[in-house]
Amino acid sequence: MEKGFSPVGLRVLVVDDDPTWLKILEKMLKKCSYEVTTCGLAREALRLLRERKDGYDIVISDVNMPDMDGFKLLEHVGLELDLPVIMMSVDGETSRVMKGVQHGACDYLLKPIRMKELKIIWQHVLRKKLQEVRDIEGCCYEGGADWMTRNDEAFLGGGEDVSFGKKRKDFDFEKKLLLHDENDPSSSSSKKARVVWSFELHQKFVNAVNQIGCDHKAGPKKILDLMNVPWLTRENVASHLQKYRLYLSRLEKGKELKCYSGGAKNMDSPQKDAEMNLGSSYAFSGGNSVIETDPKPLASASVSDPSSDVHMLPKAKKTRIGFDPSISSGAFESLLPWNDVPDPLESKPPILYDESFLQQQQTLPSQSSYVANSATSLMEKEMKKPSYESSSAGGSRVNADEFLKSPNVILQDLDLSASSEKLQEFSSNVTNNTESTLRSLNWEFQESHPSGALDNDLDLSWLQGERFLANTGFQNFQFQDYSSSPSLLSELPPHLWFGNERLPDPDEYSLMVDQGLFIS
Amino acid sequence: MQRQVALVKQSLFDQGYLDEQFMELEDLQDDANPNFVEEVATLYFKDSARLINNIDQALERGSFDFNRLDSYMHQFKGSSTSIGASKVKTECTMFREYCRAGNAEGCLRTFQQLKKEHATLRKKLEHYFQMARQAGPKETARRPK
Repeated sequence: MEKGFSPVGLRVLVVDDDPTWLKILEKMLKKCSYEVTTCGLAREALRLLRERKDGYDIVISDVNMPDMDGFKLLEHVGLELDLPVIMMSVDGETSRVMKGVQHGACDYLLKPIRMKELKIIWQHVLRKKLQEVRDIEGCCYEGGADWMTRNDEAFLGGGEDVSFGKKRKDFDFEKKLLLHDENDPSSSSSKKARVVWSFELHQKFVNAVNQIGCDHKAGPKKILDLMNVPWLTRENVASHLQKYRLYLSRLEKGKELKCYSGGAKNMDSPQKDAEMNLGSSYAFSGGNSVIETDPKPLASASVSDPSSDVHMLPKAKKTRIGFDPSISSGAFESLLPWNDVPDPLESKPPILYDESFLQQQQTLPSQSSYVANSATSLMEKEMKKPSYESSSAGGSRVNADEFLKSPNVILQDLDLSASSEKLQEFSSNVTNNTESTLRSLNWEFQESHPSGALDNDLDLSWLQGERFLANTGFQNFQFQDYSSSPSLLSELPPHLWFGNERLPDPDEYSLMVDQGLFIS
Repeated sequence: MQRQVALVKQSLFDQGYLDEQFMELEDLQDDANPNFVEEVATLYFKDSARLINNIDQALERGSFDFNRLDSYMHQFKGSSTSIGASKVKTECTMFREYCRAGNAEGCLRTFQQLKKEHATLRKKLEHYFQMARQAGPKETARRPK
C-alpha cells in the first residue's frame, strides 16, 4: 500500500450550524481539492466521526452551535479521535481564542474565512502525523499516513530511508517522512500514524495511571511501560496524558458543586435521556474522591482485572466519571450506563483520574472503596445518578464471581465521593450490553450512544463470570460490592442501582442483594 | 448590459453595502456552480429572516434578556459576514454594544436600523442578480475592475 502525504483529498469534516457558511465552506474546501463532508449539528458530527474512526483527517468547527458548545466538540474529538480540530468564529476575542487553544484546537479562524487560510489546513494534519511518527521509535515511519492520496499523484517517493533526526523545513522532507516505507518491515505493521485511543487502549492507559497511583508520579514513560503496548510510544502517551489532565482539570473546575461527596444533588437530573451506558464510566479512583473531574469515562469493565478495569470511554470528556474497574472488586456490577450522565455527573468527582484517584489506586481499582464509604451519602449519590438508566446494561450484571474475586476492595479508603463513582462501574452491565453500554457511555450527555465510542473493547472480563443480573431484572440493582461486607451493601442502597431512578426500599434492596449479587 | 451589471455591482461596493467577502464568493463561482453567489445570497436571506424573527420576538417580549439577544446577534453577525453584508454587519456590532451596555433603547433603535439595511441590501442584490442573469452567465462571474 503506497502511502504518502498529500493535501489533495484531505478528508475534512465541517461543522457549522449556519447553513450559509456551511455552503460556502464546502465550496471553498472543494476548491482546495479536499474531500468535504458537511454537518449542521455537533452531535451529528460526533456520530459521523465515531462511525468511521478513521474516516476523516481534520475537523473544522464553529464555536457557537445550538446543540453543543464547539469547545466540547473539540474536546471529544481531540480525546477520542486525536484528530486536529480547527475552530471558527466571527468573534475574535482573545479569551475565546485562548479557550480554543486550551481545549486543544490547532487553529482558530475568524470569519469571514479566506481561501488561503483553508488552503493550508493540511499542514495541521501533516504536523500531527509527523509527531506521531516521531514518536515511533526507530525513526522510521512506521505507519503511513492514514489517508492516502486520493489521486494517483505520487507526492512522495518511495521507500526512502528517512532519518527523523534531520529536521528540514522542507516540505519534501516531511513528505518523505510520511512516506510509507514498503521495504521496511516495521512498516508492515500498517500502523496508522495517528494513534486512535480506543476504549480499550484508554482503559489500559487509565489502568496504568491508576497503578502508578499518583498523578504526579505518573509520567508518560512509566505509563507506557505499564501499558505494555508495543507499538505505542512515549510521545503518544505523553500527549494523551496531557489531554487527559486537561480534561480532568476542566471537569474539576466545572464541578465544584457537583461533587458527589456533596450529596449528589446533581445526580438528580439524570440524564435519563441517554442511556446510561457504561459510557459514563466514571472511573472511580479507588477511593479518591477525585472524581471531581470528569475523567474520561472509564468503563471499568473488568472488575476483577485491573488492567481491563479501566476502560476509558472514548474520550468523552464530559462524561462521566470513569469507573475504575477496580471496582470489580466487587462492587459494581452495574455500572451505570450513564452515558448520558449529564454534566452534573461531571462534577462528580468520580472519576477517575483525579490525582487523588491515582494515588489511591493502589490496589485494584478497588471500587470497593467506595462501597465502603458509601454510606448513605453515596447511596444518594448513586441514586441520583441519572445516568444510570439501566438501559441496557444497567443491568445489574453483577458478576458476582468476578467481584468476589477481588478481595481488595478497598472500602476504607474510599472516599465517599469516590464511591459514588464506583457505583458507576458498570462492569456488570457490560455483559449483555457491553457494547451498547459502552456506547452509551458516550461522552456527551445528550448523546446516548456514541456508536463508536466505545469501541469497545470493553473488556468485560469481569463480566465473564456469570452475568447475572444482566437482564434479569435486577437492573436496578447494580452492583454492590459483594466482596465487601454485606453491611456495605446495605449501606449502599439505591445508588447502586443502576439505571434505577427509584430508590429501592431497604427490604427490596437487601432482597436484591441477596438474589443477585452474591452469586458465587 | 454587461457593463451595467458591472456598474451596479461596483456601486454596491462603493456604497459600502458589500465588502470583499462578496468578491471571494464570486471567485468561488465556476462552471460546477455557475449560480453560486446567488444561491448563497438566497440562503443567507432565508436564514437571516429567521434570525431577525427570533430577535423581533425576543424584543417584543420586552424582557430584554441581553445575553440572549447578544447571542442571537452573534449568530446573525456571523451569518452576515458570509456574503459580505457590510452595513448589516455594522449594525450588528452596534446592537451587541448596546446589549453589553444593557441599553434597551439603543438595542431597539439599532435593530430597526439593522432591519432596514437588511431589506435594502436584499432588494439591491435581487436587482443585481436579475440583471446579471439577463446579461448572461459569464458576466456575473467576472469581477468588477
